Amino acid sequence: MRITLNSELKECPDGLTIERLLDLYQIDKNRTAVELNLEVIPRKEHSKRTLKDSDVVEVVTFVGGG
Amino acid sequence: MLVAVEIEKRIEDKKLKIGKYEFTSRLFVGTGKYPSMDVMKEALDASGTEVVTVAIRRVKINDTSTLLDYIDTKKYKILPNTAGCYSAEEAIRVAHLAREMGISDMIKLEVLGDERTLLPDPVETVKATQILVKEGFTVLVYTSDDPIIARKLEDAGAMSVMPAGAPIGSGQGILNKNNIRIILESARVPVIVDAGVGTASDVTIAMELGCEGVLLNTGIAHAKDPVLMARAMKLACESGRFAFLSGRIPKRLYAKASSPEKDF
Repeated sequence: MRITLNSELKECPDGLTIERLLDLYQIDKNRTAVELNLEVIPRKEHSKRTLKDSDVVEVVTFVGGG
Repeated sequence: MLVAVEIEKRIEDKKLKIGKYEFTSRLFVGTGKYPSMDVMKEALDASGTEVVTVAIRRVKINDTSTLLDYIDTKKYKILPNTAGCYSAEEAIRVAHLAREMGISDMIKLEVLGDERTLLPDPVETVKATQILVKEGFTVLVYTSDDPIIARKLEDAGAMSVMPAGAPIGSGQGILNKNNIRIILESARVPVIVDAGVGTASDVTIAMELGCEGVLLNTGIAHAKDPVLMARAMKLACESGRFAFLSGRIPKRLYAKASSPEKDF
């Protein structure tokens, strides 16, 4: 299946959870927040939420700012 | 020795209260645009700040270093901003993501009007404040120095009103002291000058006017020596605060001798 991760199209195995997606791209789970199709997904649900084709995932973190 | 202790006790300031939070330092410092992360870390330390602002952005895939590697979250309260948002809807979305980071329910709400001025959009800012307050956020809100908007934001439940001294990153200082004074007259929540501060005296002026604090970033981060400037800002903030609390002498047009004028 194909998902959009931070605006980039990615080919992913079917049945991938958010947690596994973050692992796949070596993203620190404790220092990020995840949005799936514009809905914030609480961290504790990452292992349960399975992605499907055409999903749009945004993963954000803190950066320097004023 | 006892006298020294008593003097120190007497000049101890009350804490700055924002919602359920309390701070000793009245200087809030941004984490953007430093020459390096190590310089940022040293500058934050030199500033004595207890509250640091951060922005929310997409992670770079395969880049494992993060800002939080350089910020001790036990030492500093994290204040995420909604910088770069141009509507209430966008700002609320960023605030939700910021809260999901699990570090802070404080949000520095910024809803901008356009890219050239980076001035706030007052209508969208009020709208976003109302919604985020209802959702339980501790909202500190960036606004212009308009006293009426400041009041409306307070009515909407903002825990702190943060008027710009001058446009963001402009380093022009407090351009309209009169408006800041009018805001202060009726404010029931802490007023913190946010943006426009270029150098130490700008911070002092804000504090002498009676502001409860100052938030700045570029003034420190882009100084030739950010660490030294951070210390200057700390001292300026304390100086201005104490000058405000002590009650300055009125300004006079003519001289008034300090030494006795008779009995030579």
